[in-house]
Amino acid sequence: MSTTTAAPATADRTPAIAPPSLLQLVRTELRKSYDTRAGRWLLIAIALAALAVVAILLFVADAPKSFADYLSFTQIPTGLILPVLGILLVTSEWSQRTAMTTFTLVPRRSRVLTAKVLAATLLAVLGVVATVVIAAVATLLTPVVSDSALDWGTSGAQLGQVVLLQVISVLVGVGFGMLLLSSPLAIVLYFVLPTVFTIVTGLVSALRWVGDWLNLNVTTAPMADGGLSGEGWLQVGTSVALWLVLPMAVGWLRIQRSEIS
Amino acid sequence: MISIDHLTKRYGAQVAVSDVSFSCSPGTVTGFLGPNGAGKSTTLRSLVGLATPTSGTATIAGRRYADLPNAGREVGVLLDASAQHSGRTGREVLTLAAMVLGVGRPRVDEVLGLVGLAGKPAGKRVGNYSLGMRQRLGLAAALLGDPHVLVLDEPANGLDPEGIFWMRGLLRGFADRGGTVLLSSHLLHEIEAVADQLVVISGGRIAAQGSKQELLAGRGTLVRGPDRELLHRALQAAGIATTPGPEDAVLADAEPLAVGQAVAAAGVVLTELRAAGGEGLEELFRSLTGTGAGQEVAA
Repeated sequence: MSTTTAAPATADRTPAIAPPSLLQLVRTELRKSYDTRAGRWLLIAIALAALAVVAILLFVADAPKSFADYLSFTQIPTGLILPVLGILLVTSEWSQRTAMTTFTLVPRRSRVLTAKVLAATLLAVLGVVATVVIAAVATLLTPVVSDSALDWGTSGAQLGQVVLLQVISVLVGVGFGMLLLSSPLAIVLYFVLPTVFTIVTGLVSALRWVGDWLNLNVTTAPMADGGLSGEGWLQVGTSVALWLVLPMAVGWLRIQRSEIS
Repeated sequence: MISIDHLTKRYGAQVAVSDVSFSCSPGTVTGFLGPNGAGKSTTLRSLVGLATPTSGTATIAGRRYADLPNAGREVGVLLDASAQHSGRTGREVLTLAAMVLGVGRPRVDEVLGLVGLAGKPAGKRVGNYSLGMRQRLGLAAALLGDPHVLVLDEPANGLDPEGIFWMRGLLRGFADRGGTVLLSSHLLHEIEAVADQLVVISGGRIAAQGSKQELLAGRGTLVRGPDRELLHRALQAAGIATTPGPEDAVLADAEPLAVGQAVAAAGVVLTELRAAGGEGLEELFRSLTGTGAGQEVAA
């Protein structure tokens, strides 16, 4: 057959079909994050929680009312919900057993995992963009609804550190998801483990330094205001190694080697 | 072209699949038969790279599945129709796959129409689908990339008789256009009508393989008449061995022509004369896979 036929091709010789590009895979993973009810509601919840936070700041008389304050406070709910989105991005493939389809379409599993990491990173950036917009609207409304003046004060450091903070939070979620491959287990442990860690390292004074260097909640706390500097960066590095790099690396290897069924 | 070569898969001490070899040529439908837990799914999962074989190889067009540049464009796979996100609509499931495959949205509508899910069913959540609809969706996903090889695990599961008839036509047409089809089943009658070649697996090992004709060769002729005793005597007089067949029939160990001649020569009345077909195959399948059904490993 010399003409192009509607497949299946008669011969074994397959035409060279380009593999899916990383961009295609990232777009697919992004779509997976919002095409289910759970995903859509989590995204809506981030926006609603950020709105609620700025509303409180706006209407409570003695609350701080600069752009930097709005941006800083909206990171709290965002940083709480984004990791859950990161967890579900991975674990739903196992709880809904779509991993079978995903990995038969793309048998090179690290490509899928890379796409998930990039999609999660992008979601974190978009989350920050949303909080920036909400904080800006709140700043504009400030002189209207309160006695405070318009204050756009922020810094490049704050914007950069806020983005990094949310990227870290969402990727810790992705890492927990990869390690545990179960939505309820990963979500519960994601919230319980750091709390237990905080309590234990806080109770025993000899372990105080462990908290300083390995408690992610403590080490990343200054980032919402852009206040991280000096030794703080090293402490973020060590705690990220423990809570993000380690679970993700172990989970990554496990997914690459395990049987998908 | 699918080649499975000395494939063995062990889980600890358990051997799920042991030294399995067979191949499927373009233009044919291969039925992969075996009772539940015989190792069919493990073999298919090893073929498409979801499981790593302990030893042996499985290739498609000479390459390991994982080495195919865009696997879904060359091999359509349906391993488990219920492995779909229950919160996505049928159309959404296919749209996600189409994005990975790099085929356009019109192709999604095309395959939805092909499997009979176009219109309203496409917009329903998969969680509200019947098993038969999920099988149709799974087939649509397998066909989406316009592949030349199809690997289907129990695709008839949950389909009604009409659906099974429809699927046979679809697979036959696919093979007749030069495609390669490998489909598994634990029910012989689901695939005997469509398969050119049968591979029977039992307890992780190949029990028999070949074309239907080859497997049935020497299975004899089924004859029936008002007087069974007369039939027996007439055939034995002609040197044809007989055994009691199903119900009141007689199975003669010869071709239908020889049996007919022998019976005509003896002047015995017949009500039925034919090659021992379906039930012969059924019996063969049972005899090949029946032993040790209790101690097989789960697939």
